[in-house]
Amino acid sequence: MDVILFLVFALFAVACAINVVVQTHPIASAISLIGVMASLAVLYLLLGAEFIAAAQVIVYAGAIMVLFVFVIMLLNAGAESKSGRSLVAQALGVPSLVALLGILAFFVQRLFPRESATHFGGFTGGTAKAVGKALFTTYLLPFEATSILILIAIVGAIVLAYKEMD
Amino acid sequence: MAAVPISWFLTLSAVLFVIGAAGFVFRRNIITVFMSIELMLNAVNLSFVTFAYQFKKVDGHLLALFVMVVAAAEAAVGLAIILTVFKRRPSLNIDEVNSMKN
Amino acid sequence: MDSFIVVSLIKTVMVFAVLLTTLAYLQWVERKVIAHIQVRPGPYVVGPHGLLQPLADVVKLLTKEDVRPPFVHKALYLAAPFMAMTLALMSICVIPFGPVIRVGGVSTWMQLTDLNIGVLFVLAISSMGVYGVAFAGWASNNKYALLGGLRSSAQMISYELPMSIAIASPLLLSNTLSLRTLVESQAGSFWHWNVLRGPFPQIFAFVIFLISAFAETNRIPFDLPEAENELVAGYHTEYSSMKFASFFMAEYSNMITVSSMAVLLFLGGWMAPWPVRYGSSIVPTVVFAFAGLIALYHGVHPARRRERYSLPATGIVFLAIAAIFLLPIVQTWLLPLFWFCAKVGAILFAFIWIRGTLPRFRYDQLMGFTWKFLFPAAILNLLVTGFLVAWVS
Repeated sequence: MDVILFLVFALFAVACAINVVVQTHPIASAISLIGVMASLAVLYLLLGAEFIAAAQVIVYAGAIMVLFVFVIMLLNAGAESKSGRSLVAQALGVPSLVALLGILAFFVQRLFPRESATHFGGFTGGTAKAVGKALFTTYLLPFEATSILILIAIVGAIVLAYKEMD
Repeated sequence: MAAVPISWFLTLSAVLFVIGAAGFVFRRNIITVFMSIELMLNAVNLSFVTFAYQFKKVDGHLLALFVMVVAAAEAAVGLAIILTVFKRRPSLNIDEVNSMKN
Repeated sequence: MDSFIVVSLIKTVMVFAVLLTTLAYLQWVERKVIAHIQVRPGPYVVGPHGLLQPLADVVKLLTKEDVRPPFVHKALYLAAPFMAMTLALMSICVIPFGPVIRVGGVSTWMQLTDLNIGVLFVLAISSMGVYGVAFAGWASNNKYALLGGLRSSAQMISYELPMSIAIASPLLLSNTLSLRTLVESQAGSFWHWNVLRGPFPQIFAFVIFLISAFAETNRIPFDLPEAENELVAGYHTEYSSMKFASFFMAEYSNMITVSSMAVLLFLGGWMAPWPVRYGSSIVPTVVFAFAGLIALYHGVHPARRRERYSLPATGIVFLAIAAIFLLPIVQTWLLPLFWFCAKVGAILFAFIWIRGTLPRFRYDQLMGFTWKFLFPAAILNLLVTGFLVAWVS
């Protein structure tokens, strides 16, 4: 059951991810990205991260991607033209990315032998309570730092958008 | 009930990361480039959550949470910049955004 | 294991049958209430008092021609109503309607499933709900629809913030994210409900939640995405037949979900307002018997000829329902269900009432209201609640 769930959602995530990159129209990419995020939320649930799964859907799929869709709709962005693509980037990029994937996969297989397996319910420390406790004790300083970062981001976004108005 | 090896999750994370990197390198539409960055961040989050499972510690979840928060801030500012840039030159091609002033 | 699957299937079928019927009749109720507010009879032709009107509407919508404009983005245009509908119906899975019931040796909760993160699940699903509207507006390739979609996404993102923060403060009192435990923590009398419970009554959070709920469901006074006198019909301008109906059903389903959430979070879910020993268990009997007696009285002195039979029949049905509520066997599950439905119904009535009373906001007023007033008020409320909860414990 775990394996089936994993395979279904992993394949869905990979298919959507490829679609994000291949589609020429930004709104099609955005929809595919929502698909990736939703399937990752299911994988988080498999790994016992229930709070992160909910946060993933609320923050990523429900807020960030809505912003993206909003901007795409606002700019009425059309399909990308194929002419401007750099050949150098492709000539250098494809081999180096394949090499990166190979290296990553090699180390993953090397460092994590097949015996270390996951099963649903194997880790129950991802509740909202546990995450909240760690957030406000061990990780208080990063938490405060990110809240200031968010504040700066809000002010920055308003300044940028405000300038546009005059 | 067959179990899923940890390495599968990490491999999936690597695959998603590389796809995101490919989108970042090859695409010219600024919004798609931005979405590829989000895809890479998501891939990294999957690794964090997997490691949290592996070591039975909640810390990985916290890191994933911080990544999400930073991604939200980044999206807000980045999209505001895109809007401003688009106002100046009506094109979303990043190659055409190559000068500080018109 | 087998009985679990069977019981779950039965519960799912029952919940969705009841939900879909309620959706159809909610529209009838809305038209009737609005009509009476505006001093006119409302639907009256199909069936007694227009009671068969929803059925006629369904037949009408199903048989209408399904127009698909040639200029739309095909896949998204078709997917949008489906998305809106699915996401709207999904949150009902975690809503608990009552406590454990025992039917023939099988005991089960009156809820499809209970999640540890039930509240977050509902929030997540409702935050995804904007896509149906946004994509419908974009895929229609029509400027009014696009404006509606844009307005809707901006509005729903903005109002989600005060709503989430307003939800957070009763959670501080109840100290759980599971909807079932949330209701159980409010057991007892109405002063144990989160809306009135110490150390800080959540009355402000309740009001903020309700206002945001109006905006989240695109209801008047916040129905800017479909403002008909400026945007034709907003995001569903290009939709016809069943696709149009699914947007309608999604809106009503969202209304039911947010009303249930308000009841679960603030009004004690299925709990009676006062304990059984002070006679809360006879309230439904009294209510139904009273309604039945009124119907009987008017049946004896009929104003119109055909009411000579219909009103006494209605009165007898109501008296029978009143008698059923007295049976101890069914009381265990019928009473919680009655209180839950009564509370949800009261909030739904408020939705309709406000639609009949208030005019529509202007768009800048709408955004200014949430960012300059609602959001700071919600944060202030959360701060005070958090401080008092920490101080008391």
